[in-house]
Amino acid sequence: MPAGLFWFLAALSILAALGVVLQRNPVHCLLALVLTLLAIAVLFIGQDAIVVGFLQAIVYAGAVMVLFLFVIWLLNLPVESGPTGHLALKLFGTLAVAALLAELAVFLVPSRLQLKFSSAHAAGYGSIDALSQTLFSEYLIAFEVTSVLLLVAVIGAVALARRTTQAELQERKEASARVEKAA
Amino acid sequence: MTELVVGAIEAILMVLIGLHLSIFLLYFERKGSALIQDRVGANRAAITGFGRKLGMPNLGIVNTLVADPLKLFTKEDFVPEGADHFLHGLAPFLALFPVLVTFVVIPFGDTITIAGQTFNLQAANLNAAALYLLATIGIGVYGVALGGWASNNRWALLGGIRATAQMISYEIAMGLAIVAVIMTYGTLDLQEMVRSQGGVWFGFLPRWGLFVQPLAFILLLTAGVAESKRVPFDLPEGESELILGYMVEYSGGKQAAFMFTDFAEQALTAMLLVTFFLGGWQVPWLYRDGFHLPGGHIIAVAPLLVSILGIVSFLVKVVVLCAFLGLVRWTLPRFRYDQLMRLGWKGLVPLGLANVLVTAFIVVATGGAH
Repeated sequence: MPAGLFWFLAALSILAALGVVLQRNPVHCLLALVLTLLAIAVLFIGQDAIVVGFLQAIVYAGAVMVLFLFVIWLLNLPVESGPTGHLALKLFGTLAVAALLAELAVFLVPSRLQLKFSSAHAAGYGSIDALSQTLFSEYLIAFEVTSVLLLVAVIGAVALARRTTQAELQERKEASARVEKAA
Repeated sequence: MTELVVGAIEAILMVLIGLHLSIFLLYFERKGSALIQDRVGANRAAITGFGRKLGMPNLGIVNTLVADPLKLFTKEDFVPEGADHFLHGLAPFLALFPVLVTFVVIPFGDTITIAGQTFNLQAANLNAAALYLLATIGIGVYGVALGGWASNNRWALLGGIRATAQMISYEIAMGLAIVAVIMTYGTLDLQEMVRSQGGVWFGFLPRWGLFVQPLAFILLLTAGVAESKRVPFDLPEGESELILGYMVEYSGGKQAAFMFTDFAEQALTAMLLVTFFLGGWQVPWLYRDGFHLPGGHIIAVAPLLVSILGIVSFLVKVVVLCAFLGLVRWTLPRFRYDQLMRLGWKGLVPLGLANVLVTAFIVVATGGAH
């Protein structure tokens, strides 16, 4: 990956990530998040992780974020007028962010952060063949367990959405009784 | 460097082909519909009147392709009060852009050798082109969704939500159809897919994907029409309920961009169907050295002519499919919204899954696609 492209994408993803937290309109925040995810997807592709990069674009930018958009519309989130919340919360939030930054600085600076832009990977690295070989041999059990977990989540969501309460059942019984009486 | 220049030229060419097909579809929308509905249709504005003197019927080309666009682009660009100005302007292009960039991965011919140099007739030879397709198609949803939201209009928002839900639902069916195709050819590279559709079965039947994956063809055709939001799946708009849906607050060039997106998506669907199922640029019985007719005759053809015949074959197939999509648009009645969702989730998705399962069994039983 050319160094110029890397720096462009890095700057873009950081700017877009700042946009996610600093903008006030939730839909604008979401768009900034989409931009961040897409920039990272291109970074993945640049590092030869082609399938991961495209999956990032298809699944996160193309599907999950659209669901977020639906949730924002459903909750009808208002445009935030200014900072809200407790003073103590803000204080501790600032302290935690400062600590995290310090930690990252300590971790990254001594290693003098060598950036390598030439990708020296084996042939086929990151291709769909290599990915599926790893997924279906080394990580087969984890993969299957994840798919079962997702299935459980889907069934759970359907069950919750179709749940009828006792009051609703009672109401239905009364309604059918009324219909019978009328007949 | 030459490669880059040739790639750029091919990319521009491909986008231009896509745009011209969209114009063809626009013409078909106006005049073809008149033909189907047995009325005269666009017949004004003959510039020279030359054809009329010769007794030719007015084909309405000036109406549909010059006057209409001119009117659209010179209209006032109106942004409603309370609308999100930035997103209102961005949305039409957010819808159109992903479709246009998808055209570049479609192979429109075999390699061509000019002046000793061989060029691959595919603008961007991605080895993961099938994934690229799904990614760009997935991102196309935002234009429609945000167009509806940014207009500050209840009908527009409802239309936008309808369109988004519809596109997301049918993307799944589309993805499943493409997965079955990928399994059949054993590659994500579209040029490779077209290559492996060369040759014949039983001595006469071209090895086109249609004969291996007929169900995937129907799934992709249906999902493609739904994705481009055309009749019978034009639920995002409805004169009596939603007016023009997410487009209702758009005028002039931006509205034209939205309208053009639908036509470009139709052209893209036609190209995808041709690439996956109708042999792409393959001409039946034509090999590198000439025609091998079923009877055993061989007609030699020059290599350059073979390449050109491939491009012509691709274009002819795409235009025929585009005309077919236009025909579908003016023949079928539209669905109700619940019928649309039921067809998508209870019809196409299970069929697509079953198709993937059966394909997987067959691919494994016959020793894999490799």
